[in-house]
Parts: sequence; structure tokens; C-alpha cells
Amino acid sequence: MQRFLIAAAAALALAAAAPFAAAQTPKQGGAAVVTFNNDLTTLDPHVGYDWQNWSVIKSIFDGLMDYKPGTTELDPDLAESYTVSEDGLTYTFKLRPGLKFHNGRAVTAADVKYSLERAINPATQSPGGGYFGMIKGYDEVAGGKAQELSGITAQDDSTVVINLTRPDATFLHLMAINFSYVVPKEEVEKAGADWGKQPVGTGAFKFVEWIPGQRIVLERNQDYFRQGVPYLDRLTFEFGQDPTVAVLRLKKGEVDIVGDGIPPAQFTEVMADPANKDLIAVGEQLHTGYVTMNVTQAPFDNVKVRQAVNMALNKERIVRLINNRGGPATQALPPAMPAYNSDNKGYAYDPEAAKKLLAEAGAGEISTELYAMNVDPNPRIAQAIQQDLAAIGIKAEIRSLAQAEVIAAGGAGKAPMIWSGGMAWIADFPDPANFYYGILGCAGAVEGGWNWSKYCNKELDGRAEKADAMVKAEQSTARIDEWKAIFDQVLNDAPWAPVFNEKRFTYHSARLGGDPALFTDPIHIPVNYDYIFAKDAQ
Amino acid sequence: MQSFWIRFRKDRLALAGIAVIAALTAVSILAPWLAPYDPNEQFFDGLTLEGAPLPPGSRFWFGTDTNGRDQFSRLLFGARTSIVIGVLANFIAVTIGTALGVTAGYLRGWVGAGLMRFTDLMMAFPPLLLAIALTAILKPGLAIVILVIALVNWVQVARVVYTETVSLSEREYIEAARAIGAGPLRILSRHLVPHLVPTVIVYATLGIATTVLLESMLSFLGRGVQPPTPAWGMMIFESQSYFLNAPWLVFIPGAAILFLALAFNLVGDGLRDALDPTQRGR
Amino acid sequence: MLAYFIRRILASLGILLGVSIVTFCLTYIIPADPVAMIAGRTSTPEVREQIRRQLGLDQPVHQQYVNYLSRLVQGDMGKSYARKSDVAPLIASRLPPSLLLMLAAIMAELLIGLPAGIYAATRRGRFADKLAMTLSFLTVSTPQFVLGLTLLYIFAYLAGWFPLGGYGSAYHIILPALTLGLAGGGWYSRMTRSSMIEVLRQDYIRTARAKGMPEWRIVLVHGFRNAVLPIVAMIGLDIGIFMSGVVVVENVFGWPGVGQLMWQAIQSLDIPVIMGVTTVAAVFIVLGNLTADLLAPLIDPRIRLR
Repeated sequence: MQRFLIAAAAALALAAAAPFAAAQTPKQGGAAVVTFNNDLTTLDPHVGYDWQNWSVIKSIFDGLMDYKPGTTELDPDLAESYTVSEDGLTYTFKLRPGLKFHNGRAVTAADVKYSLERAINPATQSPGGGYFGMIKGYDEVAGGKAQELSGITAQDDSTVVINLTRPDATFLHLMAINFSYVVPKEEVEKAGADWGKQPVGTGAFKFVEWIPGQRIVLERNQDYFRQGVPYLDRLTFEFGQDPTVAVLRLKKGEVDIVGDGIPPAQFTEVMADPANKDLIAVGEQLHTGYVTMNVTQAPFDNVKVRQAVNMALNKERIVRLINNRGGPATQALPPAMPAYNSDNKGYAYDPEAAKKLLAEAGAGEISTELYAMNVDPNPRIAQAIQQDLAAIGIKAEIRSLAQAEVIAAGGAGKAPMIWSGGMAWIADFPDPANFYYGILGCAGAVEGGWNWSKYCNKELDGRAEKADAMVKAEQSTARIDEWKAIFDQVLNDAPWAPVFNEKRFTYHSARLGGDPALFTDPIHIPVNYDYIFAKDAQ
Repeated sequence: MQSFWIRFRKDRLALAGIAVIAALTAVSILAPWLAPYDPNEQFFDGLTLEGAPLPPGSRFWFGTDTNGRDQFSRLLFGARTSIVIGVLANFIAVTIGTALGVTAGYLRGWVGAGLMRFTDLMMAFPPLLLAIALTAILKPGLAIVILVIALVNWVQVARVVYTETVSLSEREYIEAARAIGAGPLRILSRHLVPHLVPTVIVYATLGIATTVLLESMLSFLGRGVQPPTPAWGMMIFESQSYFLNAPWLVFIPGAAILFLALAFNLVGDGLRDALDPTQRGR
Repeated sequence: MLAYFIRRILASLGILLGVSIVTFCLTYIIPADPVAMIAGRTSTPEVREQIRRQLGLDQPVHQQYVNYLSRLVQGDMGKSYARKSDVAPLIASRLPPSLLLMLAAIMAELLIGLPAGIYAATRRGRFADKLAMTLSFLTVSTPQFVLGLTLLYIFAYLAGWFPLGGYGSAYHIILPALTLGLAGGGWYSRMTRSSMIEVLRQDYIRTARAKGMPEWRIVLVHGFRNAVLPIVAMIGLDIGIFMSGVVVVENVFGWPGVGQLMWQAIQSLDIPVIMGVTTVAAVFIVLGNLTADLLAPLIDPRIRLR
């Protein structure tokens, strides 16, 4: 996922205690203003794939599944209930009664079918269509040979049956990501190319207006199927706002959430101000920042060189560079992710051992290139990495470029090393599989793919597929253990040097209330707008 | 020529400007011996525990930057890049612009119109796009920056010099010079260029600061001097959002650029006065 | 005059054609893979192939250019890679704010630069001159981000006289225009000063003085009138510069102009947007310079258009 952020986080610890169980239900009313520096690109749920529009889309649209607010616990959403067949190949979803799109039309099972077909249809140009490869008929639709998925049937208006070609433990998660969100066909067709600018969904908020470069306004959906939600009447997103100025505006009471996070320049000051004590929510995110090493080229085709790089990085110092908004990473998976192996401490910082490994590898004088995205703090982190590498005798020249250029170089396999910051993987859904196929598996190691290490381990790919075929409830521990083993092997092969796991710090106004977990929601990144409330409306 | 030197040598401010330029050049050359630290060394204790840069103090005289490096050492080493870019690249651009502007303004006709339309064409390209495309062919670095600045910055000079030349060539004394049979070269060098000197000096001196900042923009897009090489413009650019909280990060390199530009301005003013055609022979 | 005008319009079309060719070539050699950018991380080869065909990237270069140009003359600038929506309306929505800011900024530049320059010229070498020239140096050399944020911090945040950025009312435009006005005004004041000094020692000024004309009339009527040509040329230049976007100031003040669009497009290598903005800016650059050239003979009757 190319959502790039300064700080990011997951609240699995908080997952156990449902945020609202104890607190009384907030009253509806009030409004909030959120600022972003960059204008949103689109609100088409099947196309939008950056971190700013991800949660805005989640507030306008819904899928069959979602997560409990502020947690990573799956929960039926548009579906009232679902059943899975014994072999794990057939899912039957029962829609809630009385569901309505914002245009007033009732949601039917046919809409679910249409939406998935639209996401997979190559004409949609969805960046996430590839996720649905396990649905029967996928190949025909994705190959442009068919319009309809043979694997989906609308049994009646409120029952959808989805047939898979292989059992897949991540399937329910996929029914909760934006790419499977339900859209009304007539509106999509009416709007044509403008669909992404005038979305109509079923979600908690209704789209009102979008003035490009200025603002997007949403208002409460009176017919939302969850009673009493959302709490806010109105939600305004303002664009083109420098985060430094946004912080000043927040202090003045003009803005409620600085969407881009607290700029590093103001971080110390904002954190030190006692007035901000209750205004900064801190949470973990399903994020890992890493350095990729292209395993197909010298010198990184030698595993010892890659391991040496892992030992050379002084992660403590790099974490300090980002104002301690994160923790040193030991492995590819972030701590809040199932299958994170807390027993595996990864590579300790040990430049001497690294030098020894390099000598064993017989790599000699190494000079290479380190690509990084040019938005702060990434060039700074790249320079810290550069210094650490120099200390063990690897001379890395920095190529600090626009995001698009780094992505292009990575996809083409032209970049020997890439610091992933700003383009790093934040999980689309909280499952280890989401951290594997696209960025570490063979599927992503192709021209234009997102596996920038071009690491392709056929044996691990096979094990991953087998793990994901364990769909029965009693197999879930075994599956997670297998994923642990897979990621342990990845760490040994060291196509990446994991650097840190970001935490998200969300700065909001005193006007807004809600559990801190909502302001750092690991799924509705950065903020779960549906459940925060205005204190002046209470 | 002799009178020029006599007059220039009397201009104390201009001499002071020369002294400053000489001193800055010396600093840039002697940086390795003058700097207390390696300009690229990121000190573990060069940042606060929260990762903020350190203010000026006894250990780091000018404080540290956002990577925990010694700002003073970076300033000394940064003089190299900044002088080359601010002075050399800008000088090339101003020279090209003046030459084209004068030629077009004096000749006019098809040649003049052609040159000016070419100028319009060049003006229409965003310098950043030009830089991005150039690095598809060349390696990023100082050469690219000089090339882009030389390719981009001359157009405005050409435009303004052209307008002035057009206006000057309609003046009576040019007509008079033509009437007594002065050749175009003589008219250009004796009667036109000296009157253009003030305009050219404005561009040559004010342009220094803006050119150094343009360089930082190019570097940001990965086309200029690549990190960790220090350069004044980049030092400001990287930390400008800090200037409410850590003003030294912006003001110290900013003062350095201003110092350099002011020195050239003093020299420029001195040159202009010394070359002043109306004061000649007085 | 009319012949000149027609010739210039034709030349302008030529320039725009040239701009379109060179821009096209530049974007063609930029090392970015639009398909990978649009397609994202989990895309399949089918989707990538489909996108390549939709963008016409499977065709030879010259054909791609012809397609681009024939769409352009119909007002179609293609679709943004990042936004998947048409470029033309995207730019159109940014033009009014950019136009407003351009007008206000040029006004501010002139209001600051001309009086300072004229006054400094008449006080040449004295304190007022030195002060004005030092200040102009400062404002030109200060990065616009720093200048803008300082103004915003003092006048909007601390004093509360102006809104903290945004677009919508006359109040919103004052600080961004002032930021640009201070930076540009520095250039104008220096240029005015040096032209004025040049003019004020001409023979006819001495004649006027000898005739006993009041000094202010000499300076403003005879002096300034003859010094104004380079200023007009600079205004022509500024029209182009401001319409191609002043990204830093737009960003600090949350001003929804062309500059922010261009900057985001460069960062994401959204080539259709980059080409669109370049084309529109080229139109303004050509117009600005044309206006300056047409105004010249009106100001200085000795100049003939030819």
C-alpha cells in the first residue's frame, strides 16, 4: 500500500477492551475540519490507494465486512451474517435488511456482485483487483474475456454466494478492504469519468461537494444502518495546507485534525506543551520501514552481504531521527500483526560482526546506490543509513527522488537499495499474508511489481499458499505458526533490512472526543471518522 | 582603462566587497583545515533525546542540523558549491541573456524577432521539468545544476535587456553615432552596453541569492548536489520549516548567502560607477 | 501595427507548437513507468497491459505525439494518471485563484518597488537609498517560505488580523500577495532605481531643470516615463511566472493555485498534468510578453514596432 506517512500504528493491546463498552454513547452533532497538504486523488473505492483517501473512502462506502472501531478484529458490516462451507470454498453472506445507498435505492446482492466484478475488470484500472484471484471466474474477468464472475451468485436480493477456486484464510479480510466496497451501478455509469469525484455509497457519511484543491465536504448519512452513528454532522477536509500552518490553525481552533501528522519541526514543542496532553493520540500501526536489497545483482546476490547490512544499521539512532515516533524493527512484520515472532530478535547492531561477514563474503570494495523518496524525513533517514553503511565499508550514493521515480526504479529492478520510507508497506488488512505476496513473494518480483528486492523463493511461496489454505477455525494457530516460520526464513535470507515500526501521533483539537484508538485506527488510517464526536454537541 | 582603475580603487565599499569575496573563496578552499568536524558526520549526541537539532553552543558553534551534524563545518564546506552555483552559473546565465538581448534589440528585424521568440519558447519550460529530463541522460550533480541554471535564468535577462536596448537605440546619440559612420560593433560596445551595465548588475547580484535557492529546489528533486554534500541553499531548504522552532538552521546559512550576494553587489556598484559613461573623463 | 500584431500572433502559435513538442519529448525521456504508478502493488499483468493500451503507450512515439496534439487542439489535455480524471477542468479550476493572486501580487510589487526605487534614485548615495537597497536585498534573498511563514505567524497567528491561509475573501489574498510583493518588489525597486539614475542624468532632464521645472515633475513625468520600459518588460515576465505557479507561497497560504497542482504532479510524475500546466503557462508567457511589447510604443513613442 502506497500510503506514506510520518507516523503510523496498531492498537492490538486496545483491541481487547472495546473502546466504547464502558463509555456512554456520545450525542450526535457538531463538525470537524481535517487538513491535508495534498489534494485527494479520487474517492473511487476501487481505485483510491493512498493513505489520505483510504479512510475517507471507508467513511463513504462499506463492504461486507469491517473491523471493530479502533481494532483489528473482523466484524460483519453490510453483511448481517455469513457462513463458510466445510471445504472453505463457499461463502454465503446474508445482507442486513433495509440497507440503502445515499441515493435512496436499496442495496441488493446484485450490487455486491457488480462491485467485485468492477474491481477486477481491467478497464477499472484498480490497483487492488489482483487481491481477488481466489474467486472463481477471476481469470476470465481479469483477462478481459468475461464481464461476470462465475463464482458469485445473487441467490436472492439479500443473499450472496461466493465460490472460491482455493480455500483462502484471508478472504474475509478481503471483503473488508476498500477494493471490495459496494457501489451502485447506475451512479457509476451515470458519472462516467467523474465517478471518483462524486461518490455515492452506503457509508456513515454522505458526499456533499468537492472543490478541487480546496475542500471535500461530507455530511452525516441519516439513513446509516448503524443506529446513532456517525456522531459528527459534518466533516470537512481542507487541502493544500502546509502541516506547519495547519498546526498553527489547530491551536487557533480553526482546524480539528492535522491529517499529515505533527511536522518534525514542531514535534518537540507540541509534545512539551501541557495543554496538548489529552490532544495527542498515540497508537501503533501495521507498518514496517525497511531497506530493500536487490538480490538479483551483485553485491546483494550474496546473502552474507545482505545480513551484514542488517547488522550495520543503528536503528536506535534512526528512530531518534524520527522523534522516537516508532520502535526499532526486528523483522518484516510489525509487532501488532498476527505471526509477529516476539522470540526472534532479528539482527543486533554490530558493525564489527558485519565487517567480518563482508570479509567472508569476499565482496571487496562495495559501492552501490540507495534510493529514497525526497520528502522529509526520508532523505535524513537515508543519510543515516548511508553513514552506517560507510562504517562497514559499503559506499552508498543517495538518489533522493520523487516518489514516482523511486517506485519506477524499484519496479524495474534498477535500484540496488531502496529505503522504503514514504512508500513503505502499511497493511491493507491485518494478516501476515498481506505482508508477503506483493512485496516479498514471487508474484511481486516481476517487472513493475512492488517486490523491489526481487526476492523470489519458490519454496516459501508454496508454504505460504499452503498456510493460507488452512481455513478452519482449529487450524488458525497452526497457520499463524507456519507464517511465523515463513517470516523467520525471510529474515535469514535477508532481502530486507527492517529498520523501524512507526507509531502514529494524531494531534486533534480539544473540541473532538473519542477513544485515542479511534484517532490512530490501524484500519481506518489515519482516523476513524465515524466514531469520533464533537464535545460541543454533548 | 587607467581612469577606470583609479576610480575603482577609490571606492572603499567596492574594495571591501572584493575582500569579502576573497575571504569566502579562501574559506571554501581551506574548509578541510578550518572546519572543526567532518561536515558529514552525524553525531549520536548531535540531536536531543527527542531528535531535535541542538542550538549553537560551545561544542557546536552554530548548532547542529536535523541529522545531528555540525552546522559550522557544513557552512564552511557548503561555500564551495554555493559560490560555484551562485556566482558561476548565474554569471553564465547573465552573460548569455545580455548578449542575446543586446543583439536582438540592436538588430531587430527577423533576427531580433527570431531571438526573442526563442526566448519566449525557453521561458515556457518549467526549470524543474528540464532538470528532471536532463538527468535521464546525465548523472545528477553540480554540472546539471549549472547547466539548468544557465539554460533557464538567461531568458529574463534577455527580455529586459532587449527592451532597454530597443529604447536606447532610438535615442538621438545613437542616431548621431550612426550618422558619423560608427560601425555596429563600436555602437554596441561604446554606446549601448555601458548604458546597460546597471540593469545587468541588478541581475548579476540579486540573482546570486535566488540562484542558490533554485539549486536547493533541484537538489530536492534529486537533480542537484546529492546528500550529504553540504550546500547553503540546501541547508536552508531542508530546514526551513524549522525556522520558528530552530531559527539558527535557517538564519545562519541565510546570512552567509546574503553576505556573498551583498559583497558582489558592492563590487557591482563600484564597477558601475567606475564604468559610468557620463562620468568618464571628469 | 496590425501587420505586426498578426505576425506576433502567428509567431505565438509557433511557440506554443514548439512548447508542445519539446514538453512531449522531455516527458517522454523521464524515467518513470506510468503504468506501474497507475496499476499499484497488487495489479496483474492483464491490468498493466490494459492500461498501457488505454494510454496509447503501445504506439510509436510520433503517433503518440500526433494523438496528443490532435486532442490538445480540441481542448482535451488527457486524463491525470493519479486522479483518473480530465486534466483540463482540473487546471481550469485552479486558474481563477492563480489569476487573482497574480494580479494582486503584481500590484503589490509595483506599489512596493516603484516608490522605493524612485525615491532611492533621487536620494542616491544617501541613507534612504542605502536603506531601501539593503531592504530590497533582504526581501529578494529571503526564501519565500520563510518570508511567508513569518508574515503569517506575526499578522495572522499572533495579531489575528488576517485568516491563517485559505481562499475566499479579500482578506485571504493580502498576505500571500504581500509575500510575493516584497520578494518581487525588491527586484522592481532595484531595477527602477538603476533605470531612473540612468535617465535622470540625460541632457533633457538637465534642460528641464534649467528651465526651472519643479523637481517632482521632472522625476515623475520626464524621468519615470523614460525609465518605465524595463519595468513593463518585467511585468510581462511576471505574468508568465505567476501563472506557471508560485508553489511555495501557495503552499504556505493554502492557496489553491496552479503551482500546487504542478508540484504534486511533478512529485508523482503525473505527466498529463505536467504537460497541461506547461501548455497553459506557455500561453500566459506568450501573452505577457506580447502585451509588454505592444505597450512599449505607447509609453515611449520613439519606439516603432517592426
